[in-house]
Amino acid sequence: MAKRKKFVNIPVLTHLAEESHEWPYENPLAPGHRMCPGCSIPPIVNMALLEYGKDVVTGSNTGCLEVTTGVFPYTAWTVPWIHVAFENNAAVLSGAEAAYRAFKKKGKIDKEIHFVSISGDGGTYDIGFQALSGAAERNHNMLYICYNNEGYQNTGYQRSSATPIGAFTKTTPVGSKIVGKEEKRKDLTLIMAAHEIPYTAQANPFNYKDFTRKIRKSKDVKGFKFINVLQSCTLSWRTKPEDAFRVLKLATESLYWPLYEVIEGKFWRINVKPSKPKPIEDYIAMQPRWRHVLKMPEILDKIKEEIYTKWDFLLRMEKLSKELAEDLGFTLDEIFEMSWDEYQEKVKPKLKEKTYLS
Amino acid sequence: MAVELIKERKAVAMTGNQAIAEAMRQINYDVVAAYPISPQTELMGFFAEYLANGLVDTEFVTVESEHSAMSAVIGAAAAGARAMTATAAQGLLYMYENLPIASNWRLPITMVLVNRALSAPLNIHCDHGDAMTARDSGWIQLFTENSQEAYHSLIAAVKIAEKALLPAIVNMEGYIVSHTIGNVNLLTDAEVREFIGESDWRTNVPHPLLDTDNPVTYGATALPDYYTELKYAQHVATFEAKKYVKEVLEEFNQLAGTDYKIIEPYKLEDADFAIVVMGSSAGVARTAADQLREQGIKAGVLKIRLFRPFPYEEVAEALKHLKAVAVLDRHDSANGLASPLFQDIATTLYHLPERPMLHDFIYGLGGREVTVEDMLRAFNRLINLYTGRETRDRYVEYLQVRE
Ligand SMILES: Cc1ncc(C[n+]2csc(CCOP(=O)(O)OP(=O)(O)O)c2C)c(N)n1
Ligand code: SF4
Ligand SMILES: [Mg+2]
Repeated sequence: MAKRKKFVNIPVLTHLAEESHEWPYENPLAPGHRMCPGCSIPPIVNMALLEYGKDVVTGSNTGCLEVTTGVFPYTAWTVPWIHVAFENNAAVLSGAEAAYRAFKKKGKIDKEIHFVSISGDGGTYDIGFQALSGAAERNHNMLYICYNNEGYQNTGYQRSSATPIGAFTKTTPVGSKIVGKEEKRKDLTLIMAAHEIPYTAQANPFNYKDFTRKIRKSKDVKGFKFINVLQSCTLSWRTKPEDAFRVLKLATESLYWPLYEVIEGKFWRINVKPSKPKPIEDYIAMQPRWRHVLKMPEILDKIKEEIYTKWDFLLRMEKLSKELAEDLGFTLDEIFEMSWDEYQEKVKPKLKEKTYLS
Repeated sequence: MAVELIKERKAVAMTGNQAIAEAMRQINYDVVAAYPISPQTELMGFFAEYLANGLVDTEFVTVESEHSAMSAVIGAAAAGARAMTATAAQGLLYMYENLPIASNWRLPITMVLVNRALSAPLNIHCDHGDAMTARDSGWIQLFTENSQEAYHSLIAAVKIAEKALLPAIVNMEGYIVSHTIGNVNLLTDAEVREFIGESDWRTNVPHPLLDTDNPVTYGATALPDYYTELKYAQHVATFEAKKYVKEVLEEFNQLAGTDYKIIEPYKLEDADFAIVVMGSSAGVARTAADQLREQGIKAGVLKIRLFRPFPYEEVAEALKHLKAVAVLDRHDSANGLASPLFQDIATTLYHLPERPMLHDFIYGLGGREVTVEDMLRAFNRLINLYTGRETRDRYVEYLQVRE
């Protein structure tokens, strides 16, 4: 038998384009990844990471993004990236961020490094929820982006708690007795806002200006940030690849996926208010996974109830937030547009005064 | 910077948990992740006191579960930090998913496992059931007999892990060692720091995530075309790790004046019969061997300090001339054959042209006290089996059960 070669035993990958190691790359996610045509994950990742620049440590839970971007010996990641398992990226990055803080305070590292997890809804809403909630409560200085395609796509489309009522998945088939998923979506954005973390937002890559502004905001805010981003899936939603952004556009126009942001669970601002919302039927009609409900008034009614009561709730939260902001001597927009340091200096002391001294 | 607390060597009466916390303070880890579980809980409590009083500059990540504890130290180590955590029993099983990932990635993490029986039934006392579930995880595993050895082993383990580039578990028996006061000779802070060297994110691991100028990918998928090679690389590294353990223990012996070896034979040169054991019961076994020697029976003991990678060459050398050997397993694998240590010893001796007869005893489960009488019973049964005075219908028996 030929003498065996010793392998370099650290599974670190070579880049697709070995020679172009200079930042900026055209995109943080290099071409050659294996996502489906029309998948809206790559634009989400690229838009987000272009705002963060080169000094960032990223990571993902197991899922479509992970499995399509690093297949040994190749990688599509042009920034440091770590994937350990399905449910723990929030904890993994909290450890990396703690390591950074340890070296920073001892003066052993100079540069400013940011930490960004980009993980799917299954790994965020469900199995990874504990790790997410823990990292949020410990307030690690990191951004967690959930790319939400409303199901376990990597395993062939099973339900997650982000899947909407009535939608077909492999574990919620459309039958004669039960039609698709019976329960409504878990509202993770609300749950994260209730953690009173510094910054929570809901975003849509179609509304790219709003999305990238939120990413920039997250870069300025210190502490834990969570952004829930709706992401269309060619394979399971069964929308045509070329319709990916059309369907996403309708998600917000129909109020199915409202765009809003929350500071410390206290200030709520809605970012897009369609003057005349599109019918939810238009949004559903573009998705073969779901359009059978158009003929089922009972299910359609539940969907509408969920969407419109949520929209009403958000409007009320925004109204209260405006009142609070004005009581403190600001407009709500001023509070969202000022830097995090300014917010600490100007808004926080007044908030204290107003809430427990008056 | 941490204050120099121990400037001169001294002997202090402390429990195992206190001794481990003291080692952690002297090591001054970059990142420690903590989650409570008896009998480990107290250890992190002592460490938290050091932290609260500014005696370490560790980032203390008080995670929401053991799964996240291991995830956080993996993230920290991959970033470039010297990182540790500690757990026991259910905690280890809860974090288990991550263990083979840490070892395949060659991350030099250290973990103290305060040995506790696995549920069910729920029991917080010592056996080795938790450690045995990690035996195939690719981690280095050291077993210790008392708080002195646990203290020394954690300091040595930091260096072993960083040299071998493999994660390492230091086993310390729950309550028997963790909560029992013993005399511990402490090294000075300066000695410990010099021994392990300054922590530097650029060199602790070969490819730190924090090196954003040289971006790396941790955790890519490897399909059938590469999986085997990446496992083979780990296979080779695990075999090579024994060399580093020996080297570091030797360096440590020079520093501390100890005589640690990867195995510890006791009166084996001329022995006919021996017990193989790990952890605190080794002392009890030695007492039994001495009593038998007074009766003219040539008895000895082999204590295994390094359990993974298994020191098969050294063990074969130590046992090859014996007539019969009783292996003491503080765990029941419930596999219908025998328990893990027995299987390792049997595999080790199989290749010898002549080998001792073997018998396996399961003992000390869920904190059952281990007495000299128990050890004598094991020796006597072994001798009777060997001489044909007694017979057996299986290789494994419970040593202390009420039937
Ligand atoms: C502990 C564990 N359970 C189950 C799996 C199998 N699994 C891998 S990815 C995945 C679904 C991922 O869903 P999501 O997080 O929404 O990401 P997506 O695939 O949709 O991108 C599942 C169930 C696993 N890898 N680990
Ligand atoms: S299955 Fe869906 S989410 Fe996954 S890569 Fe394809 S389109 Fe994207
Ligand atoms: Mg998903």
